Amino acid sequence: MTCQEFIDFLLDYDEGVLPADQRARFDEHLSVCPDCVNYLASYRATKAMGKSAFSVGSEPLPAEVPPELIQAILSAHKHAE
Amino acid sequence: MEPASRYRQLSCALGGTKLVGMDVQPCQETEAEASLLKALKASDERAFVELVNRYSGRLLVVARRLLNQEQDAQDALQDAFISAFRGLAAFDGNSTLATWLHRITVNAALMKLRSKRRKPEQPIEELLPKYYDDGHRQNPGPAWKTTAAQVVEKAETRELVRRCIAQLPDSYRIVLVLRDIEELDTTTVANHLGIEIGAVKTRLHRARQALRTLLDPHFRGDAS
Repeated sequence: MTCQEFIDFLLDYDEGVLPADQRARFDEHLSVCPDCVNYLASYRATKAMGKSAFSVGSEPLPAEVPPELIQAILSAHKHAE
Repeated sequence: MEPASRYRQLSCALGGTKLVGMDVQPCQETEAEASLLKALKASDERAFVELVNRYSGRLLVVARRLLNQEQDAQDALQDAFISAFRGLAAFDGNSTLATWLHRITVNAALMKLRSKRRKPEQPIEELLPKYYDDGHRQNPGPAWKTTAAQVVEKAETRELVRRCIAQLPDSYRIVLVLRDIEELDTTTVANHLGIEIGAVKTRLHRARQALRTLLDPHFRGDAS
């Protein structure tokens, strides 16, 4: 297996959906390729950072909502009645 | 009734006992929400004000994640609440109000995206790994020096990650946001976007690789 093949199918490897024999080939490549070990770690870190960039702990960061937007929403509700 | 809702009721009946392994709302929150929903269905004007005040902040964040333009995000939030007001009569309380409003906001933001004239996208290929003919990666560079957990503790690094996500071409950014941040499953994302499951997986993988490339100079081991 080459590094290109490893990275091209990394999503399936990371999600654990590969059949056992293919997964074993990925594991074998990882055992001899430190660059791909690093790439896998940074790929997983990227995924985790994407999620965490919008949260503090498990709580999503709320936005400041402009008062005029609140008024527009409430006004739209009144007109719809 | 959905299992989560049944367990929520059971938990409250037991005086707030935490049921092992179940993601249940605290009882006070559940009761407050039930009371709010009742008032909304009775067209109590104060309840609509409370609904908007309570949820608009977190829903605007959801809209902003999907729409890079602030005005578009605000329009989507307004559209979402209008849809919610219209759909209240049919809302049966099987999910929480927060979950229901979140789903409506994602739909409103995606509708907004579809309604906008598509600008030509920057190609993503520049941000993907390059390889030599023998399949080895070019310029692999050192390992990242920090873990994701260390990085996200700081507000400025979270902002950096958000800026890098915003740089991704729309068709890839949207899939990344829906899968990795909104945590929708692949089939749901495919249905939302009207594309094949295979296309969702391809775009997600490319989006993660491109985001990794954008983050790499900031987190690699030789960075000062």
